[in-house]
Amino acid sequence: MSATTSPPRSSSFFRKALRQKRFTFGFSVTVLVVAFAVFAPHLSPYGENETAGPPFAKDGVFGTDYLGQDVLSRLMHGGQSILVISLLATLLGMVVGVLIGVVAAYSGGWWDEVIMRLNDVLLAFPQILLALVVLTALEKPSNLVVIVLVGASHAPRVARVSRGVALGIVSRDFVVAAEALGERRSRVIVAEVLPNMTGPLLAEAGLRLTYSIGLVAALGFLGFATDPGAANWGLMMKENQLALSTQPWGVVAPVLMIAIFTIATNLMADGLAQASQKGD
Amino acid sequence: MTQVATLPDPLEEVAPPRGRSGGAAWGLWLLRRLGLAVFTLWLVSILVFLATAALGDPVRAILGRDYDSNVAKREQLQGLLNSDHSVLWRYFHWLGGLLTGDPGTSLANGQPVWGQVSSNVLNTLALVLLSALVMIPVAFGIAMISSHFRRRRPDTVIQTILLALAGVPEFVTGILLVALFSTSVFHIFPAVTISSATGHPWDAPKGMVLPVATLVVAVSPYVSRIVRATLLEVLDSDYVELARLKGIPEPVVMRKHALLNAIVPGIQVIALQLAWLAGGVVLVETLFSYPGVGFQLVDAVRSHDVPMVQLLSMIIAGVYVVVNLVADLLSILLTPRARTAISS
Repeated sequence: MSATTSPPRSSSFFRKALRQKRFTFGFSVTVLVVAFAVFAPHLSPYGENETAGPPFAKDGVFGTDYLGQDVLSRLMHGGQSILVISLLATLLGMVVGVLIGVVAAYSGGWWDEVIMRLNDVLLAFPQILLALVVLTALEKPSNLVVIVLVGASHAPRVARVSRGVALGIVSRDFVVAAEALGERRSRVIVAEVLPNMTGPLLAEAGLRLTYSIGLVAALGFLGFATDPGAANWGLMMKENQLALSTQPWGVVAPVLMIAIFTIATNLMADGLAQASQKGD
Repeated sequence: MTQVATLPDPLEEVAPPRGRSGGAAWGLWLLRRLGLAVFTLWLVSILVFLATAALGDPVRAILGRDYDSNVAKREQLQGLLNSDHSVLWRYFHWLGGLLTGDPGTSLANGQPVWGQVSSNVLNTLALVLLSALVMIPVAFGIAMISSHFRRRRPDTVIQTILLALAGVPEFVTGILLVALFSTSVFHIFPAVTISSATGHPWDAPKGMVLPVATLVVAVSPYVSRIVRATLLEVLDSDYVELARLKGIPEPVVMRKHALLNAIVPGIQVIALQLAWLAGGVVLVETLFSYPGVGFQLVDAVRSHDVPMVQLLSMIIAGVYVVVNLVADLLSILLTPRARTAISS
């Protein structure tokens, strides 16, 4: 790429991604699941905490849960919180991680070494462990705490990837040219380096979204849901696990939703990665 | 590895013959790497301590509404946590205890935490090692089949399935396996691990099948994809072409020439996944009530048992650091180029 090449526009990148079968499939299913989570609460036959019959009965499409609430209605209400928390956590993790990674790559030398060493320490923590350790001393997890914890556990992983991508860009001609023109360092990062990282970063964001969904659902499954009464796909598994043999839908329905959702976002992320590797 | 050295490596020829200086370089490298591991663990200890002891008030979290009324209990718990001392003092007190084998007293039952974890550590190690033993041949086998059909239909199908599986959280896979093999469709394996107070889970091997299967399904896709990518790269290389031209049958080329060269990247990925397993078992153990460190950790977090959480998270982070160290060492020992690069 020569010094005069303008950064690739994201619309052309999107069109390139659409040519990937994986991306198209993953993207469509993701959109469907998101639409389900957003619109289903308005269509559900019962309210979120409404009793529909005796506990673990076979009434309705998926039967009832441990409190006698309609599983289908709970399923329709339970997507929103997971979706919003996962999205915000992914966003937070991406912003912080990319910032750390790009600054490390751009500063180079001693700073790079120190930042990445500290990063390695955070990487020694399995993601779920970081959340659990912090939750120990807290009385009750709030939505904000979960978002920050999941985002913070993403940040070091994003930082490593974005540093790798940025390293290939900071030495290119147009960055050197911008520096020679006397641009401020922050402006060089925002205007020259970041726009050229769009493809790989989008792919990373898709991957992080997949893990966010898993982590948020896992916290609910372990019993660390922020609002114990509210419907939540992760929490539903824990609530109804005891009756798995007699009323499997109470568990299997939310499990299938999470499985479909994570498969879709993961395929989407892989499609994005493939598209970004195909070159400009 | 001898069969694959059909073409001499240029690096190997310029490297000096290994003598005393090579040994010294090795020692230096190992020392540096060990120092780095210890340094990492020390930083991890700061992180664990700050997260559990400085971010919130565990005593308030345990007592909840009784915090103001139950003064005796509050003071007893605060005494166990040394709450009247400064954070810095408590950190060094805890670190000292950790290094001398006395990492504190459980807030949940008043017993020293050290004695309560050993059997759980053993159980988790058994689960992880067993899963690795099953996972490695499965992942390599799938990779070999897939790369045999390189970029044709079976390969694409296998890769898409693996990719789809790679994103699914392990407890989701676990629940689906339980529904399939234990409760709803077939009734072959038990859904929970039952172990007596003195026994270990492997006394009832049937109970271990589903936990192990869950971990294998969770880890294999990633390992398999990396090994396949490496295999494809190796299969395109000159020395494999040469072996084919010499008329060596394809299965032998695959086994002796390609597979051996895919092992080193394989080790790195397997190590990463084993280290990941140390955290991944948290969910799987909870799902199956498997008496390991993950199950214990979730239990301790629920009851805000700070000393227990601190010890267990240090153990898990320690496993991660050690596994990475061993993986680095193994892959250097198995790669002639890296071996000579260090000693020269």
